[in-house]
Amino acid sequence: MAEPVLSVQHLMKRFGGLTATDDLSLEVMPGELHALIGPNGAGKTTAIGQIMGEIRPDAGRILFLGEEITRLSTPARVRRGLSRSFQITQLLEDDTAEANVALAVQARAGHGFRFWRDASRDARLLEPAGAALDQVGLPPARWNLPVADLSHGERKQLELAVALATGPRLLLLDEPMAGLGASESLRMTEVLRALKGRIPILLVEHDMDAVFSLADRISVLVYGHCIASGTPAQIRADPQVRAAYLSEEEAV
Amino acid sequence: MRNLWRDERSWTVLLLVLAAFIPVVAPMLDSPATTGLATRIAIYAIAASSLNLLLGQGGLVSFGHAAYFGLGGYVVGILYAHWSSGDPFLGLIPGSNDLLVTMPLAILVGGLGAAIIGALSLRTAGVQFIMITLAFAQMLFFLFVSLQAYGGDDGLAIRRVAPVLGMNLRDPATLYWICLGLLALWLFLMDRVTRSRFGRVLAGVRQGERRMAAIGIRTYLYKLVAFVIAGMGAAMAGALMVNYARFVSPDMMHWTKSGELMVMVILGGLGTLVGPVLGAAALVGLEYTLSGLTEHWQFVLGPILVVIVLFARGGLMGAVRRIAGPPALHNAQPLPPAELPPAKPVPESAAHG
Repeated sequence: MAEPVLSVQHLMKRFGGLTATDDLSLEVMPGELHALIGPNGAGKTTAIGQIMGEIRPDAGRILFLGEEITRLSTPARVRRGLSRSFQITQLLEDDTAEANVALAVQARAGHGFRFWRDASRDARLLEPAGAALDQVGLPPARWNLPVADLSHGERKQLELAVALATGPRLLLLDEPMAGLGASESLRMTEVLRALKGRIPILLVEHDMDAVFSLADRISVLVYGHCIASGTPAQIRADPQVRAAYLSEEEAV
Repeated sequence: MRNLWRDERSWTVLLLVLAAFIPVVAPMLDSPATTGLATRIAIYAIAASSLNLLLGQGGLVSFGHAAYFGLGGYVVGILYAHWSSGDPFLGLIPGSNDLLVTMPLAILVGGLGAAIIGALSLRTAGVQFIMITLAFAQMLFFLFVSLQAYGGDDGLAIRRVAPVLGMNLRDPATLYWICLGLLALWLFLMDRVTRSRFGRVLAGVRQGERRMAAIGIRTYLYKLVAFVIAGMGAAMAGALMVNYARFVSPDMMHWTKSGELMVMVILGGLGTLVGPVLGAAALVGLEYTLSGLTEHWQFVLGPILVVIVLFARGGLMGAVRRIAGPPALHNAQPLPPAELPPAKPVPESAAHG
């Protein structure tokens, strides 16, 4: 059996009296799209924060590509190939969409200490940036607009393009469909379907149509603990999941 | 097509070319003092522009920028003192009154000072960062106040400066043109640095540290390098100021001087190329005009600054932009969502590759 890309083992995180992550273990296999679902406040975003190194876990280990990364800083993890998108977009608002992606390309190339050439005309940055923007389906007419002028849907697309431009070997997507309209959601689903198989993805999402149509495997998180993990069909049939989660949503 | 007149760089070049005629025009208008005033503006413009790299580009609120201005000034002053007394500094370094020697040394010392202060203060952020940069600058201020060997509180006077490449620095017009030339060179450097890959990272630091970490950039070293570049610029301005005033004292690094530099940047327009120059001109010009009118000029200056900052969003450059129209970058009109072109279909080859 192939080695998992990401292996989270017995992760614990408490905020005061609240246990946000409770003995969480999960794996993402090569080429897999693994969805992480759960009711609001289940600790999905906290889990992503710990995998990325933005939040330090109280206990547990995180292995990425076979190496332990539990104590590494966020930039060090990104350089090893971890990349995330944010639920609440974290973009450089004054810069253009293209410049946002180009900076991620530049970060990946590692050539930041160059003081002379105009970076906004550097084809070595713009070409990969354009490729990432194409991949998420942002029309070229919008590339040179400042982020502040983009719609919510376009910002979500851009958020994904920036995550892609770092050259990830695992993508952590935190609710890429949050706040999108029905047609925008479908479009994002197709973008993710195109990525699926090429880059392993850990997808946190509330849009159950998207999750059940995309995921190879689904893990259900309740109160920071993983109560079930399996194929979409298994999850749909699991009585515990239905009780804890799906029945409330009436979604499936 | 880029509109030349909306490009800030063409404005900057025009402004510098016009400014070069001041020593020619001023005597005709019977106001020889204008050249001296313009020299001070050019010198403060370099210092303010260097602070703008931190404040406007990197969003780093350094409240101790006068420290490097003063350090640059003291390098010139101390080297002159040793040149005139004949005994070398620390028994090693001979003194000098040659700008070609003292200026590079001043820039070096300014950069070194900024590297040390920056390395320590950049470990903090927010209000702590503001306070620690202020504290370091005040430490230097009191160090020089207590240095009796170099005049302490009273400072040092500089009497004879060697000609530079055959140019007499005591001639106000010559010194002005040197200052203006260095300002032009500095602004050119700032324009390049701001647009470079390094400048892109710095702008990213201002807009979102969290985003920078998420794309794999460790920001500390970038901030430190920006600090060193800015410190070198301020030290160059300080060296020029001492050559102009022929005097250096701890007042050059007092916290009120740091505040003045900040006011110039904010008044002119944060993060713009020519803004700090306009801010320096406005502040020095207002001080000069108002202090000629009344003894209580600061009482008048305060409200004027408040009005400009409140009503000209983005400072003087913000006002200029609103009059001249938006810059070329923003010319593309955002489409209303209904008219969005349809997304490109995902290419078949991209799926399951």
